[in-house]
Amino acid sequence: MKLIWALIRRDLRLATRQGGGAGTAIGFFVTVIVLLPLGLGPDQALLQRIAPGALWIALLLSVLLSAERIFQSDYEDGSLDAMALGVVPLELVVLAKASAHWLTTALPLAIAAPLFGFLINLDPQAIPPLGLAMILGSLFLSLLAALGAAITVALRRGGLLVSLLILPFYVPCLIFGVAASSNSELIGPSLLILTALVLAGLVLVPVAAAAALRAYLK
Amino acid sequence: MQQLANPARFLKLAQAVLAPIWGLTAIAFAVGLYMALVTAPADYQQGETVRIMFVHVPAAWMALMVYSAMAVASASAAIFRHPLADMAAKAAAPIGAMFCLLALVTGSLWGKPMWGAWWVWDARLTSMFVLFLLYLGYMAIWQAIEDPHRAALVARIVAIAGFINVPIVKFSVDWWNSLHQGASVFRIGGPTIDQRMLWPLLVMALAYLLLFLGLLLIAMRSEITSRKIRQLQFARLEGR
Repeated sequence: MKLIWALIRRDLRLATRQGGGAGTAIGFFVTVIVLLPLGLGPDQALLQRIAPGALWIALLLSVLLSAERIFQSDYEDGSLDAMALGVVPLELVVLAKASAHWLTTALPLAIAAPLFGFLINLDPQAIPPLGLAMILGSLFLSLLAALGAAITVALRRGGLLVSLLILPFYVPCLIFGVAASSNSELIGPSLLILTALVLAGLVLVPVAAAAALRAYLK
Repeated sequence: MQQLANPARFLKLAQAVLAPIWGLTAIAFAVGLYMALVTAPADYQQGETVRIMFVHVPAAWMALMVYSAMAVASASAAIFRHPLADMAAKAAAPIGAMFCLLALVTGSLWGKPMWGAWWVWDARLTSMFVLFLLYLGYMAIWQAIEDPHRAALVARIVAIAGFINVPIVKFSVDWWNSLHQGASVFRIGGPTIDQRMLWPLLVMALAYLLLFLGLLLIAMRSEITSRKIRQLQFARLEGR
């Protein structure tokens, strides 16, 4: 357990000292949101209607964009080999690295996203359910980003492949996330399904991602 | 299955059964198409466009079945180290993707006169499209990783993880209010479709299945050959 905390702390420290973590992702997020009214026209009613979905899609893309970093540098400098040989099972290493990614990238994005909703005329009443759904959903996004990063860790130009592989898996999260965001009640059935997705991801993703990493580390 | 694990024995068997499979495929398609286009009655609501169903529905069944077979083959490759299982999954993927595309395209052609739109964002259509993307992703993994052994290990994970979409496609019409028709053949309580339409549909499904088997055997054969060539080339390079 101590070692897992050490892994998470190491990743958090790396992310804060290297920079280019949450800040860049939020910058990308805002840019996508700003481009949207430019492409669709400044119709306030239309923007209000599509705001939750647009914020979710921007969130998916920003999390995906930062996915590559989860394992790549550790794979390249060999620390991943050391982790695979260590006492902590590779599955838990994956879980630790995914949670570090969540804490440094996805969670700040999920917290900031509803606040940037004012750029596209998000209904203020929708902010609490959207925020809650995004905080939960972002954990699922980070877990799947870790799976995608593990599958493509040793590939040059893995970025596009990650998108092709992982975006289909983001579909349920997007559907139930948007449904939960436009709900009038804070905790509806969509939010419960989203929670179920997160829990299933917490169990299944580390196993699959660790298997993928082992294939490369051999 | 263990008997077939030997590629040489597999090749011999494939050689023996290929000709009969092609013969049966031709017969099944001839009978199926005749029944579908001539003897089957037109629908009282949809008119003649209902005949698209005889191409569309078996293709969709095959798309699901092929992906399931890929997942089973990948799982058995992971569990039993069956040397041909990964090749079978790899060879099946493009064929399944074509069935999936055929189902999407014919559905679209049918949707334009019936629903008034080429495409609607309905649960069944969306999940079927996601299935197509999963096929593409699976094939992209084989393309992206050069070493076939390593590619097999990673592709297995993708195939098994993507299998979660198959029940979603199958039950999407029951779980969500869907514009797409509900199940009328494989359902609890027996088929609700009329006998005169059910039989052409089943014959067409058989024809598709035979076509798939024939194409799969050819694709696996060429995969075995290309691996042999690869090994021979490595051996020659090392010999220098």
